[in-house]
Amino acid sequence: MSRTTGVRLAASAALLLALVACSSPTTPSDNPGGTTLIVATAGEPDTLNPVLNYGVDGGSLIFDGLVARDEGNRLVPALARDLPEVSGDGKTITVRLREGVLFHDGTPLTAKDVVFTYQAVLDEKVDSVLRSDLDMLASVAAPDDTTVIFTLRYAYAPFLQRLTLGIVPAAAFEGQDLNRAAFNRQPIGTGPYRVTSWTPGDRLVLAANDRYWGGRPANSGVVVAFVPDDNVRAQRARAGEFDAAELPPKLAVGFDNLPGYRVHKVPTADYRGVMLPMGNPVTADVAVRRALSVAVDRTAMVDGVLGGAGEPAYGPVPPSSEFVEPAAAGAPTADPAAATALLEAAGWRPGPDGIRVKGGTRAAFSLMYPAADSLRKELALAVTADAKKIGIAITPEGLTWDAITPRMGSDALIMGYGTPYDPDFVSYKLFHSDFAGQGFFNPGSYASEATDRALREGRAEADPARRKAAYATFQRQLATDMPWVFLTYLEHTYVVRDSVQGVVARVEPHEHDVANSIWWNINTWTRRS
Amino acid sequence: MEHQHLDPTFVTAPTPVRRRRRTGAARMIRNRLLVAVPVLFVTSAGMFALGAASPIDPAQQYAGAAAFTTSEENLAQIRANWGLDDPLPVQYLRWLGNLLRGDLGWSTSRHEPVVDVLAARAGWTLLLVGAALAVVLVASLLLGTLAAYRRGGWFDRALRTTAYTIQSVPSFWLGLAAIAVFALSLGWLPAGGLTDITATETRVADVAWHLILPVGVLAVSQLPWFVLFIRDSVADSLREDHVLAARARGLPGRTVLFGHALRTGLLPFLTLIGTHLPELVGGAVLVETVFSLPGLGAVTVQAALGSDFPLLAATTLATTVVVLAANLATDLAYSAADPRVRLE
Repeated sequence: MSRTTGVRLAASAALLLALVACSSPTTPSDNPGGTTLIVATAGEPDTLNPVLNYGVDGGSLIFDGLVARDEGNRLVPALARDLPEVSGDGKTITVRLREGVLFHDGTPLTAKDVVFTYQAVLDEKVDSVLRSDLDMLASVAAPDDTTVIFTLRYAYAPFLQRLTLGIVPAAAFEGQDLNRAAFNRQPIGTGPYRVTSWTPGDRLVLAANDRYWGGRPANSGVVVAFVPDDNVRAQRARAGEFDAAELPPKLAVGFDNLPGYRVHKVPTADYRGVMLPMGNPVTADVAVRRALSVAVDRTAMVDGVLGGAGEPAYGPVPPSSEFVEPAAAGAPTADPAAATALLEAAGWRPGPDGIRVKGGTRAAFSLMYPAADSLRKELALAVTADAKKIGIAITPEGLTWDAITPRMGSDALIMGYGTPYDPDFVSYKLFHSDFAGQGFFNPGSYASEATDRALREGRAEADPARRKAAYATFQRQLATDMPWVFLTYLEHTYVVRDSVQGVVARVEPHEHDVANSIWWNINTWTRRS
Repeated sequence: MEHQHLDPTFVTAPTPVRRRRRTGAARMIRNRLLVAVPVLFVTSAGMFALGAASPIDPAQQYAGAAAFTTSEENLAQIRANWGLDDPLPVQYLRWLGNLLRGDLGWSTSRHEPVVDVLAARAGWTLLLVGAALAVVLVASLLLGTLAAYRRGGWFDRALRTTAYTIQSVPSFWLGLAAIAVFALSLGWLPAGGLTDITATETRVADVAWHLILPVGVLAVSQLPWFVLFIRDSVADSLREDHVLAARARGLPGRTVLFGHALRTGLLPFLTLIGTHLPELVGGAVLVETVFSLPGLGAVTVQAALGSDFPLLAATTLATTVVVLAANLATDLAYSAADPRVRLE
């Protein structure tokens, strides 16, 4: 009995396998004439409304701002006819709109829509985290259908950079609570693509906007697949499912010698560094901070931890920026002798266990990092090893953010952020003494009058040369005070199919998902079939 | 038990015994519902109490990386908009009041109504868990019974070794291995997603095709418990008197095995399914992640990380309801299968 059942089982299993083998899976490349491009990303937006922080820095695919950024991240007119005019005192900005621009639903864009968009961000009833970015904005008005006037509370030189915010149609929100509007899932923009469908957790399907003011897209649409797990994304890319996918450097390496794919390493302003708090007796000593900066081997971190996908970092202004100050840069490799000399000169002498001591204080502190972030963990371990060589004992601690936050005032932390657009954007809040100890703004309570003055000048000064000088001062002062030891800038890595044409990478910010990735200009991409 | 099934009058004419059983079932359902209400109440209140103890700030979580550039004042406005500044009992009562009116609240992590999150995702999780459960049931009954019949034989030993091995492998790893073998090396099945990536609509065949691997992995990862249980209980019952007697009467082996031994072993198995359901749901969370399926799993993790209590409370309540319903169903099935069990 059991023998016949066994035979039947085996037979049906074989049949099942044969059935499975016969029906071949349909891969996108089998699809003839399909010019839909498929990209895969880890992060999924929780809304598609620019007012609620979707694709704000340009490259949103669905929306346009008044201005956009080209491949060099330079501002170019978008919904504005020309770059906006700034008044002599820097407090009034006048924008003239491009004419004949239509939203995806066919309604024309007017100045009212622009005013509505910015007023929505400023509205306290709206759950927008962008409000703090527009602190300087007093009011926005539309004297006629094609003119918008922004009035600022104080002169703010990089204001035009804030005008990349996507414009939404005012009519779509009439009588609705913006926070809960259906629009947030089924948006209407002016951009090169309109949303066909969004299956949360799965994918976003975009169709070409044939009436796009910037010219009809070169392909018929884009599918953005959301695959949060890195390994799964790499495996699905290997199976040939995607035209382009974002992958961590170590997983992208495997694609280097895989025919059909090319690995793109995209430079970023996304830095990692050690925040050294002034509330800790050891890290409060400037000699310790400087010694650490000299003792860390940035080249080894780039090669080892980042697998070559990055470059050394010495400050918050990336090497790709026009504002970078070369004099603030240090040496890429470690110099333990110089570091030791700095410590000796400051009175830190080796104790019995090899760890330095000064006035009864041991040169020891904790270095926190978010435990789930393996890159920051490896950087923390590298810093720990380098510090040990000069007699500083670091205890790396992997924690959750809620455990890290209350300790930021007294324990060192591996931080990461950065934007390529303007040095004011992140640095003002991170290094100005006004923000000392306020949450993630300047958590180490760094305070320097010279830095504060340079940051204030940089934000108010309209003259480009004087702005550049202010930020040069700021960077040199940071290199002297060393409130952070900057370690590396990352490179974001993507694998892109060889047959795809039109890929132009531009320097990326810390955040990159549906918007601001290598596919920022995907409306010009084509694929050879 | 035997003679009831042989007696045709039992099936055709309603006997007092049968009527008593039916009212017993109704009473049991009513009693369970009376218990379910306080259980659900306590569960949801517990969720909110845990939420109060959590140090995670939902507004900061909502801001994501923008938390580095968002002022405390900005975050405070958002918290105020969400009513998070109200005392906990007020928040709970408001949530409860909305629930009674059919409004499950607003998911802060997904930025959409909780009911929409559930509507979009619960179906896929139910499909995944349901299909996997069906596979587990059929496969474990078949394999376990066969192993028990030839206890100690090569099939039994191989099955037990395999079961113990699989039991020790995390289902996450099992999923990645399945993708490596069936999707990458052999190219037979898709590596993930709910439908073909370029599909414009959700077709049944397409979804079924994409669910073969996830259902298979979830089923295989849950199979060991069930197989080993069936194998042991059938093996035991093969030694019981009534089975030995049936054998002695010269009934064919298949009839003895499936008609007598398996039937006896089946009853405790129902309980096992009921108690194992939460674990199956837990396994589904991992499998959904590996195969990038838009089920409730990933979104629940996101809700927990983001202190999204309306969503978390809803998924917890939904799971509790499923488990309570499953327990009720197994008990009803148990009593239907075994007249010795009295319904109270």
